[in-house]
Amino acid sequence: MAEAVREFTAIGTRPIRPDGVEKVTGKANFGADFSLPGMLYGKVLRSPYAHARVKGIDLSEAKAMEGVFSVITSADFPKENPSDMSCNILAREKVLYHGHALAAVAARSQSIAEEAINSIKVEYEVLQPVLSADAALAEDAPLVDENLRTNGDESFMPSNVAATVHYERGDVDKGFEKADYIVEEEYRIPSAHQGYIEPHACVADVNEKGRASVWCCTQGAFEVRNYISEVLQKKISDIKVTPSEIGGGFGGKTVVYVEPVAVRLSELAGRPVKMVMNREEVFRATGPCSATVCRVKVGANKDGIITAAKAWMAYEAGAFPGSPVTPGCMSIFAPYDLKNFVIDGLDVLVNKPKVAAYRAPGAPQSMHAMESAVDELARKLNMDPIDLRLKNAADEGTEAPYGPKYPAIGLVECLKAAKVHPNYVNKPAKDVGRGVAVGFWFNIGMQSSAEIWVAPNGAVTIMEGSPDIGGSRASMCLMAAETLGIPYDSINAVIGDTESTGFCNLTGGSRTTFATGLAVVRACEDVIAECKRRAAMTWDLDTEQVDWENGFAVPRPGVNIEAEPLSFAELAKTAGRTGGPLVGRASVNAQGAGACFSVNWTDVTVDRDTGKVDVQAFTAVQDAGRAIHPSYVEGQMQGGAVQGIGWALNEEYIYDDNGVLENASFLDYRIPVASDVPMIDCQIVEVPNPSHPYGVRGVGETPIVAPLAATANAVREVLGFRINDLPMSPPRVLEALDNAS
Amino acid sequence: MSKVHVELNVNGQPEEVLCEPQQSLLDLLRDELHLTGTKEGCGTGDCGACTVLMDERLVCSCLVLAPEANGKKVVTVEGIADQNGLHVVQQKLLEHAALQCGVCTPGFVVAAKALLDKNPDPDETTIRYWLAGNLCRCTGYDKIIRAVQDAAQELKATTTS
Ligand code: FES
Ligand code: FES
Repeated sequence: MAEAVREFTAIGTRPIRPDGVEKVTGKANFGADFSLPGMLYGKVLRSPYAHARVKGIDLSEAKAMEGVFSVITSADFPKENPSDMSCNILAREKVLYHGHALAAVAARSQSIAEEAINSIKVEYEVLQPVLSADAALAEDAPLVDENLRTNGDESFMPSNVAATVHYERGDVDKGFEKADYIVEEEYRIPSAHQGYIEPHACVADVNEKGRASVWCCTQGAFEVRNYISEVLQKKISDIKVTPSEIGGGFGGKTVVYVEPVAVRLSELAGRPVKMVMNREEVFRATGPCSATVCRVKVGANKDGIITAAKAWMAYEAGAFPGSPVTPGCMSIFAPYDLKNFVIDGLDVLVNKPKVAAYRAPGAPQSMHAMESAVDELARKLNMDPIDLRLKNAADEGTEAPYGPKYPAIGLVECLKAAKVHPNYVNKPAKDVGRGVAVGFWFNIGMQSSAEIWVAPNGAVTIMEGSPDIGGSRASMCLMAAETLGIPYDSINAVIGDTESTGFCNLTGGSRTTFATGLAVVRACEDVIAECKRRAAMTWDLDTEQVDWENGFAVPRPGVNIEAEPLSFAELAKTAGRTGGPLVGRASVNAQGAGACFSVNWTDVTVDRDTGKVDVQAFTAVQDAGRAIHPSYVEGQMQGGAVQGIGWALNEEYIYDDNGVLENASFLDYRIPVASDVPMIDCQIVEVPNPSHPYGVRGVGETPIVAPLAATANAVREVLGFRINDLPMSPPRVLEALDNAS
Repeated sequence: MSKVHVELNVNGQPEEVLCEPQQSLLDLLRDELHLTGTKEGCGTGDCGACTVLMDERLVCSCLVLAPEANGKKVVTVEGIADQNGLHVVQQKLLEHAALQCGVCTPGFVVAAKALLDKNPDPDETTIRYWLAGNLCRCTGYDKIIRAVQDAAQELKATTTS
């Protein structure tokens, strides 16, 4: 277990986060908490149709209204070569989903802004919407985009298929011939929303010279700067983005919706503009994740060795290309050492909102299919589901289905830890079903910067650019404390704006503790090098003759000098005399993020009268490489588990025949509440990542992957038959029970 | 539109505000008094991020019209800590790392304190049902529930000793 070996002093402890007090007292500023004097309120007009041609927009009444300062449509955005993002933010010739924005106003008050929006008249030619992948793939399907050709290949006729993905190895037909047991099924999952509690919000202020300042809740301030620059064709040096605290994102705040609109409104109004989405807008026009259809065929011989696997999947992209079908394809067989497989995927346009990343984008859906099929194989083989996975598990040196050979990974360790875990050894009671599944995510590295400033009393400020979405400031401070050899409490971490820290990619892909952490460690090493130089100067030695030990500069063993070790605090205090303030900096483009695997199992009961599934127990085992702050690692595992349970049991976008979302509120799109779930037991496994100085692997995304199939497999066990499609909500379970009897 | 005069007590301080009749108590707190600790997650009474106490009752401030708060005593998250420091619920949420993004936290602080004021010894199920009106998308609730259990223990220990 994580706690067993303790070779560190700071890493692996569980101190209070540096930004904690502000967050429990209400002082922390989130996206909607920022205001400026003279600020206006922006609002957006949204399409009442899922698919329509815009014949005309009459803005005259809105423009004439007292208290209205600016009114815009896409005509006020640059005309040439608009990106998909630009067309998503303000529609051009066609509106492509119900809720698609097509005009915006800025006014003195929210009520005036609303009135102005209601006064805008739009003439539409209503078109037939395409509302599912099946409908989009049908012959003679209406086209979401008349100019779209698959993979950009002009020799194809226009269609709704934006892209195809293909992976293969070996000979699947031969592989299936060798199989004694074969499972072949189709699994469908509707769209779900990221469900962050804080709606998108921003304030934009453009000055007389066109320089824009933007405050917003985002997973990446530098990405927001780039997007605004692209959409409005503004120089990035004319845009400054300050990230607020962020109230959840899960991938949904990696893109922009209101920020460029607010900038343009402010530019025309000559005043700051605040835009805050309401929850209904969040549901109708942001996120969600892809609805999917996955067909899987897996065969195994009687020893339980998987001889071949085949997958076909269609991912809805929404109204613009870009579903996560590629990572869906890459992850579906990632936990297994397969000699023969074929994977095909399609990125399909439909008249629904453009999908956004959602925690391990693409993987929960495809791996739900595979992990359900593997569960059925285990039943046919009469084999423990963990044993079956152990027989086929990928390990160091296995060629991943998407190409590279895995370096050290922790799947086998997780499976072995699960097998002997008391929660697994204790068999469930009668009428309680248990389901097991494996989760995986690639993790990413990318670019991060960090600066370290040392105060004269030895206190340290870390300046970095990764919005703290789940306690990452604490992890940065712990890694700095460990590296510098100073107390955690003397360190603070600050998230800078785009002009106060070096470039940093967004908080996402489970990269922050790994990549920004790496930058922080390197920046600390930069400070240490300077400390050694100052000590050497003080002692009249060469820098090479000085070592750094637990927060002290000491003469290297064998160096013949009588000198008291110089502490970090002393070096900081005397810095003015030895060459000026102590600072350090580093930037990285981090490689070798290190894949993260997990094993989850859950015990459930089903009420046969109501169809309600109750989760009685849930256990997550996951490889963290090295847990810097174990509580926040567990927090990721627990939060991901409950999101996954919600997806498996309840959450879904429900559309009517016209493509209108019928459940655009937290009342009708019901995410799990405290009384829906049990405690989530966690065991952290540590197989250090060789590419990080402390062995860190990202842990944020993997947790949402396994719960879907784990829950489905548990329900299968109780019912005695499988419900292939999610969510297994009460009406669907009842229907399945009816059909079965 | 003519404005409405509202007098109320917020966190022990008398306040006078002119507001639009359709504004909510949440708008009054956030936009007029600049107490932005109370959050808006939905505006429809479904998420609990806007939870405050009004005359000692838990309410979703997004569902209360500002004029309805006239003459009332309102306590927000900003009024939970006192000169002695953090309330034990706040301290335990921190010690248990029971917040990730923290946007739901103000609502949980107010709701959990109200629970412990009423029921000093709640079991896990009671805590889970009491807090069922507060959505948290990040934590899976585990650490929040443990923090509230721990806070109850600590309150018991300090009141019996
Ligand atoms: S904002 Fe009031 S309950 Fe959600
Ligand atoms: S900590 Fe993010 S919603 Fe609760």
